[in-house]
Amino acid sequence: MSRSGHRPFSLGRIAAITANTFTELTRLKALHILLFFALLLIGNSIFMAQLTFQEEFQVLKDIALGSMSIFTSLLAVVATARLIPQDLEARTLSTILAKPVARVEYLLGKLAGVLLLLALSVIIMSALFFIVLKVREQTVLGETMQQTQAATPDQRAEALSAVRAAAFNVNLLSGIGIMYVKACLLAALTLFVSTFATTTIFTTVSMVFVYFIGHLQSTAREYWLQANSAGWLTKIFLALVALLFPDLQLFNLADDIVAGSAIPLALFLKTAALGFFYAGFYLLLAWTVFYRKEL
Amino acid sequence: MRVFVLLLSLALFGAAKLPAEHAISAAHRSLHFRAVDFDPALREQIGQLGFIAGLSGFRSLVADVLFVRAHVAWERTEWGRVLLLFRQITTLQPRSILFWDMAAWHMAWNASAAALRDSSQPRVALRIKAQREYFQLGKDFLERGIKNNPDRPQLYEALARLYRDKYNDHEHAAEFFEKAAALPGAPSYAKRFAAYELSHCEGRETEAYDRLQRLYAAGEQERLPTLIRRLKDLEIKLDIPLDQRIPNPVP
Repeated sequence: MSRSGHRPFSLGRIAAITANTFTELTRLKALHILLFFALLLIGNSIFMAQLTFQEEFQVLKDIALGSMSIFTSLLAVVATARLIPQDLEARTLSTILAKPVARVEYLLGKLAGVLLLLALSVIIMSALFFIVLKVREQTVLGETMQQTQAATPDQRAEALSAVRAAAFNVNLLSGIGIMYVKACLLAALTLFVSTFATTTIFTTVSMVFVYFIGHLQSTAREYWLQANSAGWLTKIFLALVALLFPDLQLFNLADDIVAGSAIPLALFLKTAALGFFYAGFYLLLAWTVFYRKEL
Repeated sequence: MRVFVLLLSLALFGAAKLPAEHAISAAHRSLHFRAVDFDPALREQIGQLGFIAGLSGFRSLVADVLFVRAHVAWERTEWGRVLLLFRQITTLQPRSILFWDMAAWHMAWNASAAALRDSSQPRVALRIKAQREYFQLGKDFLERGIKNNPDRPQLYEALARLYRDKYNDHEHAAEFFEKAAALPGAPSYAKRFAAYELSHCEGRETEAYDRLQRLYAAGEQERLPTLIRRLKDLEIKLDIPLDQRIPNPVP
């Protein structure tokens, strides 16, 4: 602590900015609407999947997880893109930085606020998803009990356990966890873009492109690394895509989880670690740009 | 200068992250995840919107939408469309057993039966030919499904049923029931069914008899009417001494 009592880095100041950002974001109508649509889609998945039980659970999970994935990604980009431009426009940024708040603290606080909002949204969406899944599971279990009245106890138990296995699977939690990590990565990357972007629209549109390119990055990387007859210009382009963009396909595990694949713990941890490594690096870049930014 | 430093650090970061990305991608491949190649052929198959959605990480959702369309096409008995849609669906979501199984069932059971009863085709030979072609399409779906999901027993079992019911090929049926039984999560009857099928194969009766005997010795739960019937048939066929035969079931 310095003589004046001011610490160059304070978790308390970051927490204050985090809480403020989180409160601001939770009051945003646009985000309420986004969350409302996500919940509507997840809730509706129960009605969209009215085929036989296996198909029904698969369709239900696909729709619900797909909705969660798109809305967490959207939320991450939309919520983060407006943070710095809005503070700049409202002159709040000058007021905050005029106080003894380091720029890195400001960025950390802002990002943490978004991550908190994302965590809350994921929890709400997951809760609804599991309620919908449970309700449907109970209905199908009841129907199966009725249909297997004439069957032997073994056959009935086998049918019921097949229904249970088709419904909840612990791997769904891993899929949701990785979905959150992907949203954190996108939020950090959006924060970085917003440090040099001039408008919220520019940041959002740039992030839409980054999102698509990120999903193609693995194709570019593999094509670049394998020996092929591509010209040097193509190779440079592919190398740039592979080096500059994150591989977002690595975070799409939900498709395979719904299809019945199990996610090994080591793979889950590696993917999560890579996601946080990306997020940390983009935050560092954001700080590098923001540090010298004229306000 | 600042831009140059930024780009340089991004490139350095890229070089640092590449091995990790490569390793996780390799792990995905070994687990048969993301077995989809986004190439122009797929683009032509699933249309522009589907392709974009697939690229953005929503291929399961696109596959589900196509699955619902396939269901409608099936209700209308538009077999060509059912085939096309299931090719797209299984390309988008090759890890879903359900899609492969359903595709094969539609082709080998439903479409083949419809082809055989096709009143617009007066020549029986051509109707049988069409039926055979649908069997082949069903088999092809299951073989590709197994290639994408070699660790799961359901498709081996479905292929065994197809060989048994559509081709009357007991040798292959036994082989695939056996493969299914060897995998974790296989139904308890797969091993029994493999032995039943083997018992129909010319020249392999002794092997089948030994297997059925082992199952019979495993306990009451395996002594099902079909197993006893197959054993009795083989006892006669192999001329098993009376004192070594299983007792006749109590009527």
